[in-house]
Amino acid sequence: MSKPYYVEEDLKKFGNISEFQPELAKKFFDYYGEVFKEGALSEREKSLIALAVSHAIQCPYCIDAYTTDSLEKGADEAQMMEAIHVTAAIRGGASLVHGVQMMNKTKDLTM
Amino acid sequence: MTKSLKAQNHKFGSTAYQMEVLDSPPKGITKFADKIDTVGFYPLKPAKTEILQVNVGKMCNQTCKHCHVDAGPDRKEIMTRETMQQCIEALAKSDIKTVDLTGGAPEMNPDFRWFVEEIKKLDRHVIVRCNLTIILANPKYHDLPDFFKKHEIEVVSSLPHFSARRTDAQRGEGVFEKSIKALQMLNQVGYGKEGTDLLLNLVYNPSGAFLPPSQASLERDFKNKLSKEYDVAFNNLFAITNMPISRFLDYLVSSGKYEEYLQKLVDAFNPSAIANVMCRNTISIGWDGYLYDCDFNQMLEMKVKDAPQHIKNFDIAALEQREILVSQHCYGCTAGAGSSCGGEIA
Repeated sequence: MSKPYYVEEDLKKFGNISEFQPELAKKFFDYYGEVFKEGALSEREKSLIALAVSHAIQCPYCIDAYTTDSLEKGADEAQMMEAIHVTAAIRGGASLVHGVQMMNKTKDLTM
Repeated sequence: MTKSLKAQNHKFGSTAYQMEVLDSPPKGITKFADKIDTVGFYPLKPAKTEILQVNVGKMCNQTCKHCHVDAGPDRKEIMTRETMQQCIEALAKSDIKTVDLTGGAPEMNPDFRWFVEEIKKLDRHVIVRCNLTIILANPKYHDLPDFFKKHEIEVVSSLPHFSARRTDAQRGEGVFEKSIKALQMLNQVGYGKEGTDLLLNLVYNPSGAFLPPSQASLERDFKNKLSKEYDVAFNNLFAITNMPISRFLDYLVSSGKYEEYLQKLVDAFNPSAIANVMCRNTISIGWDGYLYDCDFNQMLEMKVKDAPQHIKNFDIAALEQREILVSQHCYGCTAGAGSSCGGEIA
């Protein structure tokens, strides 16, 4: 059986990126920790945003991490799926809004 | 109706098997006793006893998937009036302020109301862990809100989520709808309402192998949702961690999540939660009158050490000198913000 490209256990090793460049890793993780603290947005809102972004960037590690985190922040299935529909709407919208460019070009080229 | 593990003759219906699993933690997991030793809390000793938690029986009208009691309609273990009388005698000789009644569904014990009235004669605060649906289960229980009100009982009720899907998945089909109806009945007599002293507290616990969120932020969400959608009011929300015992332990092991969950609890170990773990200020009494450090140790049949083990020989001085028994399930009470029957502790 071939080795999978993504290995679930690697998520736990995220912190190991400091091995090759400790200073930048420290700055990143300190910043990361601050970002997810409760502020103008609640921890749950931030977790749901992270879940939505995880689907936009299609990162399997992030999807696993922020599904767990959303549950641990008290979100339910409906809230989590609605967050992913926001991803889908923005991604779909981003394609469709370029339809205007296609229309502009078409109108430019046609009589 | 789903059968209890005991009625199924399931291996996790045996406390001996549960202890075998808990006492041999997976490789890399530090034993709880060793962990608390590193922060100066081993052996774990009691503080002043403030709560007598009495489990009046394992019979319940529900069979919840995570239940640490393995309670259900097929459980026939019920505390007798004679044992209740022994509890009253022990209580009268002590200055313990609070009696916390739990089960099963405590109201299903035929002597439940008599017991409450006797405790109130001693002028102690009474908490009833009411599963809500019992109020609607039979006409003989419909007046429970009035009974609770008459005796100024604090009602503590499980509602794992403000979504029907999440609640029903854990507690059974249709439980959410019935729970909301029961909460409205409690509100009608004044429970959970401003301007009354009638306390109605809800309990959240995760519906799976993950930790509970911050109690304060979840309470805000519960209050908004329940008020807006169902016109339900309550006082406080307690966020409780699932202990890896009984049905929840069976779920963890059979789904292959036991090691991961235990590791999660260990990683979230919070030394500042230990001073306030409930076994330090509570004595738990089983349906047959035996004494335990907490309701979880009771379900694992870990009777108190270094003191008389039955309520008929209740010796508060000896109990307050005892060593509290621990195993790996205790990590559930020290993870994150900690956990107790009253929610967060750190």
